[in-house]
Amino acid sequence: MIKEIESSKNQLFQKNVRNIMRAYEIELNFRANLSGQKWLSLQARIKYKNMKILVCISKAPDTTSRIAFTDNNTKFDENGVQYIVNPYDEWYALVKGIELKEALGGNVTTITVGGADNEPIIRKALAIGADDAVRVDLETGDSFVVASQIAAYAKDQGFDLILCGKETINYNSSLVGGMVAEMLNMPYLSLATSLTMEGSTAIVEREVQGGMEVLEVTGPFVLSAAKGLAEQRIPNMRGIMAARTKPLNVIAAVSVDQTAEIVSYTLPAPKGACKYVDADHPEELIRLLHEDAKVI
Amino acid sequence: MSVLVYTDLHDGKASKGSLEALSYASKMNAGDVVAFCHGTLNGDGGMGAFGAAKVLHNATENLDAGQIAKLVTDAAAQTGADVVVFSHDNSGKAVAPRVAVRMNAGIVAGAISLPDTSAGYVVRKSVFSGKAMADVSLKTGKKVISIVPNSFGLHRTDGTASVETFNGDAGSSSVKVRSFKPTSTDGAVPLPEADIVVSAGRGMKGPENWGPVEELASIFGAATACSRPVADIGWRPHHEHVGQTGIAIRPTLYFAIGISGAIQHLAGVNGSKVIVVINKDPEAPFFKAADYGIVGDAFEVLPKLIEAAKSFKSH
Repeated sequence: MIKEIESSKNQLFQKNVRNIMRAYEIELNFRANLSGQKWLSLQARIKYKNMKILVCISKAPDTTSRIAFTDNNTKFDENGVQYIVNPYDEWYALVKGIELKEALGGNVTTITVGGADNEPIIRKALAIGADDAVRVDLETGDSFVVASQIAAYAKDQGFDLILCGKETINYNSSLVGGMVAEMLNMPYLSLATSLTMEGSTAIVEREVQGGMEVLEVTGPFVLSAAKGLAEQRIPNMRGIMAARTKPLNVIAAVSVDQTAEIVSYTLPAPKGACKYVDADHPEELIRLLHEDAKVI
Repeated sequence: MSVLVYTDLHDGKASKGSLEALSYASKMNAGDVVAFCHGTLNGDGGMGAFGAAKVLHNATENLDAGQIAKLVTDAAAQTGADVVVFSHDNSGKAVAPRVAVRMNAGIVAGAISLPDTSAGYVVRKSVFSGKAMADVSLKTGKKVISIVPNSFGLHRTDGTASVETFNGDAGSSSVKVRSFKPTSTDGAVPLPEADIVVSAGRGMKGPENWGPVEELASIFGAATACSRPVADIGWRPHHEHVGQTGIAIRPTLYFAIGISGAIQHLAGVNGSKVIVVINKDPEAPFFKAADYGIVGDAFEVLPKLIEAAKSFKSH
């Protein structure tokens, strides 16, 4: 019995290998005859398969970090700060990219704009399952500069999908994805909570004012990831080992002027002490909210 | 000179976030406030009453962010506006970055102050998920500002706006809308726009115990919200989840019932003007961020609080 199972498994495997080889052959023939954009649009019409995916990754201070500033409140105080992959980039954008690759085949590249101190978080993204990484060697500028670097890199690479988190937890601007989309003249599907591929069409659910919208899009697009798009993955030992040898290409930045600059930081005024109200007399709370805080 | 405001229409009227953006633009004192909107518009969409002098209207219903950005940029050029204002809401987040690129404009996304033009052009924004503020200097001639919802309030001017048809070339799009599903049911207040929010967490012990939470909310005309664990185990819908990974809100009054106050939750609510915490654990970290606190069992406190709120409302 076991032998029979083994032999049919073997046959299936060989058949699959033949199918895959055949698919590659067809693809290579197409690629040989068509160039750049033409191939892309044809590929979009055929099917999303062997997807070429770019995920934008940035570093952010761990959520529990103490937020303080130095140099006369002009610089973030990095003293004792642990950096993590920006959670929206890691949990939702990166994992979604990896899920798509696992389902449809393809390649996941991450891109980070920043100095060498970003390499630990890039290795983490590789450990989770990205295939290779690009670091644009530039001490981070404003969102416009970051988006310009990503667009300059992605422009000739023929990505089917560019993913980013919905915002970073340090600047909360929600700008880079939309800017990259505009620079590359691609659709931008912001705040997506679900992405599925149906043949040549991508179905996206996203948060819009007052509700959820379901959209369909064909051809390459940029998507910003919100909660729900994917489930966080913890890298395993094999992933961590493999990440050490995956390619991390450092490329030079293109020259772009900053359009905005942070001139100083301020911490909010400390909260006054909590005023406690007796649990048996919540009417006192109502009185305070009305007369003292004047919010009801 | 004029300021262009992108406004979002719902049932023919401008959304609350759009009216806040108009109020902000009129307080800038930087010339006429012109609104751009698309879709179905009734009258002036209620925009004249909040500072709009003119409404540019494109009747096309479903436009993708790229097409809207194109029209907004054309409208800014036509009206000679150097500044375009958005609400930093789901619509603004989709369109504003594209407009900034198209206009070669610097952008402040998530503004919480009016521009300070005493030295350059500086706008304050919220950073580190509400734990700090940054003053951002824009270096470009043209500027885009998107304002955090619920941070400026509405400024009624009681004017009327003239409505002009705006037929620009929006271009084509490879995006099609399949369906739209509103999150708020009839009568309920959309969470991001609510002035008062009643939020509850695991301390409620089960979805069947949400009755008093909803009752307290309905007395105040408030929206309901919840903490992450409650949304994750499916006691409440995901769109109610406030916090770092859910949505960030800035109501005037936030009730946190049976929520311990993890730092990730606080990141979503620390912009609230007044925070009330009800928790039976006196050591709950949320009390440190609270303005008013009640240490007590929610199941005992809530019925009394509801009675007190009812009697307050009936007076």
